[in-house]
Amino acid sequence: MKKISKSLDSAKATLREAFILHLADNTLILAQRNSEWCGHGPVLEQDIAITNISLDLLGQARNFYQYAAQLIGNGSTEDSLCFLRSEREFKNCLLVEQPNGDWGQTILRQFFFSVYQHLLYSQLQDTQDENLAAIATKSLKEVTYHVRWSSEWVIRMGDGTSESHKRMKQAMNELWPFTGELFLPAGYENETITGFNLLSLKQPWLQKITDILKEAKLWSSVYENDIFMQNGGKNGLHSEYMGYILTDLQYMQRAYPGAEW
Amino acid sequence: MKISIQKFYYGDIPDENKGDTDLKESAVQSQDGRDAWPLWEIFIRSKQGLDHKHAGSLHAADAVMAIENARDVYTRRQEGISIWVVESKYIHATNPDEAESLYEPASDKIYRHPSFYNLPDELKHM
Repeated sequence: MKKISKSLDSAKATLREAFILHLADNTLILAQRNSEWCGHGPVLEQDIAITNISLDLLGQARNFYQYAAQLIGNGSTEDSLCFLRSEREFKNCLLVEQPNGDWGQTILRQFFFSVYQHLLYSQLQDTQDENLAAIATKSLKEVTYHVRWSSEWVIRMGDGTSESHKRMKQAMNELWPFTGELFLPAGYENETITGFNLLSLKQPWLQKITDILKEAKLWSSVYENDIFMQNGGKNGLHSEYMGYILTDLQYMQRAYPGAEW
Repeated sequence: MKISIQKFYYGDIPDENKGDTDLKESAVQSQDGRDAWPLWEIFIRSKQGLDHKHAGSLHAADAVMAIENARDVYTRRQEGISIWVVESKYIHATNPDEAESLYEPASDKIYRHPSFYNLPDELKHM
C-alpha cells in the first residue's frame, strides 16, 4: 500500500509541477509578445504602458519559475526552465502566443487574458500552497490594473472611429477562437492539484467581458454560439509562432551556453 | 507635408483642441486622431508629501486616459500615491514679459517680513 500511495504522491507532484510551469509559461510568453512593442508603440505613453505590463508579467513568470525549479530540483533553475526548454515542453495556452497584430489586437488579447488571470489569481490566493497564494496575492494588484487599462482601451477603440471599430471587429474574429482553451482543463488542472475548479471561472469571465464588449459595441450573439475552439497549447501542442518566439527568447543562451550578463 | 509649430502660453489653447469627458464626442470630433488629444498637466503627491507637485505633461484623449497615462509614465519608480490631471487649457499663468511689474515691487518692502520687527523679550510665544 505504501508503495502505491508513494507513487500516487509523486504523480501528483509531477502534475503540480506541470501546473506551475503552465502558469509561468503563460506569463512569460505574453510578456515576450508584449515586449515586441518596445520602441514601436503608437504613442509614447502607450509604449511605456505595454512594456510596463510586459515587465509585470515577467516578474510573475520569474516567481513561478523559481518555485517550479525548487519543486523539480535536479539542478533546474528559473533560467534553465525558461531558456532551455523546447516548444513541446511549454504549457502556455495558444492565446498568448498569437501575434501582436495591430494595437487593437494586442489590447484585445490582453483584455481576454487579464480578465481570466484576475479570476484565476483570486482563486489561487486562497489555495493551500503558501507559495502560490503569495505569488497570486502580489500579482493580483498588477493584474487589476491590466484589466482596467485594457478594458478602457477596448471601449474607446470599439466605440471609436469607424476605422478603430473595424479593426477591433477583425481582432475579435482573430482571437475569439483562442478564448475557449482558457477554460478547457488540462490533465494537471484537476481540482485536487490546483485547489479550485477551472470550469467555474468561465461564467464570471463571460459576464465581465460581455459587459465591456457590449459597451464597446463589439458584442454579437454569434459569440454565444458553440464554435470550435483552438486548443492544445496547455499540453505542448503549439502554433507555428511558438518556434519563432522561442528563437528570439532563447537564441543567446543556446548559442553561448551558460553565458551571463 | 506642411509642418507648423505653434507656441501656446497656458490659457491660450483654443477651444477646438480641447478634450471632452464624453468619449463619443472626442472620438467623432476629429479626422486626424492626434488633434483630438489635448495636453494635460500632471501633478503627483509623493509618498511623504503634502502637496501635489507638477511632474510633467502628456497627451490623452480624456481624463481617465490621462490618469492612466500619468500612472504609467510618472509613477514607475514609486514617485507618488496620488495623481491630479488638469487640462492645460484650464491653467492660466502669468506672462513672463510681465514679470517686472508683477514681482519686482516686492523686493524693497522689507517691512512685509516678520523678521523685520523687534519683539520685546517678554513676549515668549509669538
